[in-house]
Amino acid sequence: MKFLDFLHDNIVYLDGGMGTVLQSRGLMPGELPERWNLTHADEITQVHKEYFDAGSNVVCSNTFGANSLKFTDTELEAIIEAALDNARAARNASVSDAEKFIALDIGPTGKLLRPLGDLDFEDAVTVFAKTVKLGVKYGADLIVIETMNDSYETKAALLAAKENSSLPVIVTNAYGEDGKLMTGASPAAMVALCEGMGADAVGTNCSLGPKQLRGVVNELLANASVPVVLKPNAGLPRSVDGKTVFDVSPDEFADEIAKLVHDGVRVVGGCCGTTPEYIRALKAATDSIVAVTVTDKALTVVSSYTHAVSFGERPILIGERINPTGKKRFKQALIENDMDYILNEGVSQQEKGVHILDVNVGIPDIDEVSFLKNAVCELQAVTDLPLQIDTSDSDAMEAALRRYNGKAMINSVNGKQESLEKIFPLVKKYGGVVVALTLDESGIPEDADGRVRIAKKILDAAQKYGIAKKDIIFDTLAMTVSADANAASTTLFALKRIKEELGCHTSLGVSNVSFGLPSRDAINGIFFALALENGLSAAIMNPYSADMMKTYYSYNALKGLDPNCAEYISASASFVPAAPSSPSQQLPQAGSEISIRSNSELQKMIIKGFKDKAYDVTNGLLKSREPLDIVKEEIIPALNTVGEGFEKKTVYLPQLLMSAESAKSAFEAIKQFMAAIGNTDKTGTSKGTFIIATVKGDIHDRGKNIVKLLLENYGFDVVDLGKDTPCETIVETAVKLHAPIVGLSALMTTTVPAMEETIKQLKAAAPWCKTIVGGAVLTKDYADKIGADMYAKDAMETVRYAEMILNGKGEK
Amino acid sequence: MNFPVLIRTYDAPELCESEILRYAGCKSADESTLSLLHECLNELNGKLCYKVCFMKLPCTVDGDTADLSAFKVRSKALARNLSKCKNVILFAATVGVHLDRLIARYGHIAPSKALLMQAIGAERIEALCDIFCEDIKNEEHCVLRPRFSPGYGDLALDVQKDIFALLECHKRIGVALNKSLLMSPSKSVTAFIGIRSTEE
Repeated sequence: MKFLDFLHDNIVYLDGGMGTVLQSRGLMPGELPERWNLTHADEITQVHKEYFDAGSNVVCSNTFGANSLKFTDTELEAIIEAALDNARAARNASVSDAEKFIALDIGPTGKLLRPLGDLDFEDAVTVFAKTVKLGVKYGADLIVIETMNDSYETKAALLAAKENSSLPVIVTNAYGEDGKLMTGASPAAMVALCEGMGADAVGTNCSLGPKQLRGVVNELLANASVPVVLKPNAGLPRSVDGKTVFDVSPDEFADEIAKLVHDGVRVVGGCCGTTPEYIRALKAATDSIVAVTVTDKALTVVSSYTHAVSFGERPILIGERINPTGKKRFKQALIENDMDYILNEGVSQQEKGVHILDVNVGIPDIDEVSFLKNAVCELQAVTDLPLQIDTSDSDAMEAALRRYNGKAMINSVNGKQESLEKIFPLVKKYGGVVVALTLDESGIPEDADGRVRIAKKILDAAQKYGIAKKDIIFDTLAMTVSADANAASTTLFALKRIKEELGCHTSLGVSNVSFGLPSRDAINGIFFALALENGLSAAIMNPYSADMMKTYYSYNALKGLDPNCAEYISASASFVPAAPSSPSQQLPQAGSEISIRSNSELQKMIIKGFKDKAYDVTNGLLKSREPLDIVKEEIIPALNTVGEGFEKKTVYLPQLLMSAESAKSAFEAIKQFMAAIGNTDKTGTSKGTFIIATVKGDIHDRGKNIVKLLLENYGFDVVDLGKDTPCETIVETAVKLHAPIVGLSALMTTTVPAMEETIKQLKAAAPWCKTIVGGAVLTKDYADKIGADMYAKDAMETVRYAEMILNGKGEK
Repeated sequence: MNFPVLIRTYDAPELCESEILRYAGCKSADESTLSLLHECLNELNGKLCYKVCFMKLPCTVDGDTADLSAFKVRSKALARNLSKCKNVILFAATVGVHLDRLIARYGHIAPSKALLMQAIGAERIEALCDIFCEDIKNEEHCVLRPRFSPGYGDLALDVQKDIFALLECHKRIGVALNKSLLMSPSKSVTAFIGIRSTEE
């Protein structure tokens, strides 16, 4: 019988602990258990056989840590071959008459993936792919990916399994007492990710005993449309006379799991501390239970690395601001590779309350494939919101989807054959909820009938690709009412029909409706309300628009979606524009130890570190003064005041940074002003290029970010090469930009050699370029020894040195 | 001989603001610094985990080498630290990945907050190590030597590989070792604690 057929109708029994059993058989602490496949083949076969004899349908090969990070390719192959041979020998020798399958067991690499750790996602996929290929070669019946405590690593392993085999795949994660993975994912988020990518069963193993995992199991059962797996520990380990003892007995273990099998769990087994005795008890306690049929939960869900967002209960807000269309300042940021600007847009929209962020970075002349992929990775390092990947370039879409940590929203597919053929295979492979636009080769139908017809055609095509209806959200295309008086009502009618006739969720780019009209927010807000009343599930919208947010909160309150109107009340403060007040009255009286010599409002805001006010005051000043004057007469003097205070030790680092951030926000107001009038030469005060990087092997960038912030404030064009930067990248960039100065940071003694090497190569390839170094482990002597031109003890010193170097050469 | 690895999860240890400010490089804090600190603490409230995994190993010291049965460590400074200790607690502790995410987030958009988050992390992980050591002291009824971490004195960071193999830190508390032998999450500690009986 095939495994999936067996799984369809039966409760499946997995095996119990391997590591803990081997320890009791003499495996030494720190010894790699996978080597026992070769050195203790009989012992391993015996353990497997005991599990089969106890009633297990599936034993997991002793390959938990069998990967190319721990073993050479030759040894890895020998281990996996032997492991599967051992399992087969056990199957042949077992006296049990139950169905028996052999799973290739895959555990975590033991590394954390970037950005949290240093293992690249694609490298992780490669590592798992090697193991999967060997498992297929040596005859595994299925793949079990287990004990994963990180969603991203889970995705890497599942992707490797899917790309390199056609075997069934079971995925189980290790959840903590808080019901989350170590890196934060909820069970619902893991179900979304794993089901989206085609896992055949999802669940939990290890970490805790069956009782503590009850909440996790309930959440899995409520969300999963595939069988749910439970493989807990025999409780928690204790030490008794120097031996590990687990606190849940076989009978207690079996009884607890039996309750959850009644509730719907379909695949059961044990992890650390469990033995064949536990499996025997489990089998006895559950033998008479009829397997609960697994049902499709029909949930439309996207996820991030922490949580799932579900469509249908309440309106979903998708922030539209990460998009260059019609935004000069955003285009400028893209051209300048100013990722911080994009990240800021993401975080600000999250603070405004959106649930999903749309990410569109498509402009001519940039490499969208790599830029979109990077933007997605960088955004996921700073925000835990699910992302909607928005591009018309299918290569860029694939690159971004592949790297995305979770189940993404995909924007978009449409009724054109070419679009269906390009996008649907990506949805199938990587998972995702796809926005389907109701247009096709003949354009956008003028009436609702035409749009519904296209929607049906898209659904039929989806079925052929094996994509469920629940993973498609229709956009019936909001068109401007300024061009066609019936545009809005057609869109709304199509929306209503798709919701009612096809039972699908819907989304709209709401603000398109007002294109070409004045006071667009007013009409957008009302159109949003009408759309919601016609069944709109999600809106791609501007969360900075008070009208849109008013509609959202009011709708929820009126529809009984906001208990006690609590969200409405707390949001209502932002509905009314704040009365203008003299900012000076709002300053705390006690405060910074520097005296404020100037009467200028902006200088005060910067010195005090009031970011938002500095921005507002600058915007006020721009009405009457030249941008360059504001920089020279306000911002720079304020920064100098704080900088001098820092050097005299009357101002400390957090205050210096708060002032720097306020100055940055003043600069941002100026940049927006300049971009709007078509001048993209920043503030017109550029002092020259400063390349900055944390050297190879070092993943710390806080110090570097501080220096960068100050340098930007002082008018340098900072080219930030990031952390863990290869020497070659730094040298190439210095040569390409003919940069006069490079700043390198290292936190650890172990990475100082990388810094020395970088300086050496810089001196050879870019002899004009000065090097300045800093970081926790460096001293003046050390800096001299490795050939740096300058050692800076802090960010201000770096600024002073850079000014000296570049002034010496004359301003650009 | 089998040495069990045990896991403990703690509630948040008592917070010391002056210690955080010290880590942030502030000799004194003005109102805006304090208010930013409180904003950071509010944001972190309930988001940190306090986990320790550890094992107790027998210890004998011979010259520069400490023999912990499961493995041997050559380091003059560690050998001196562990002299006359019959047992050693080897532990790894972490406050989890959430803080690293916030440090990364604010590193891009508000470095002043990143700085304070970093300082909070430094204070939190030390406080966690302190309460863990206090527990061990009470349970073992003994005198503890000051905890000694890889990188102190001549104790090479290489020993991290042995520590991670023994404690299985990634599986137990979610701490991974990077190629450069640093830990992720960054606010994690590994250390040896020598145990001396009270008579000595």
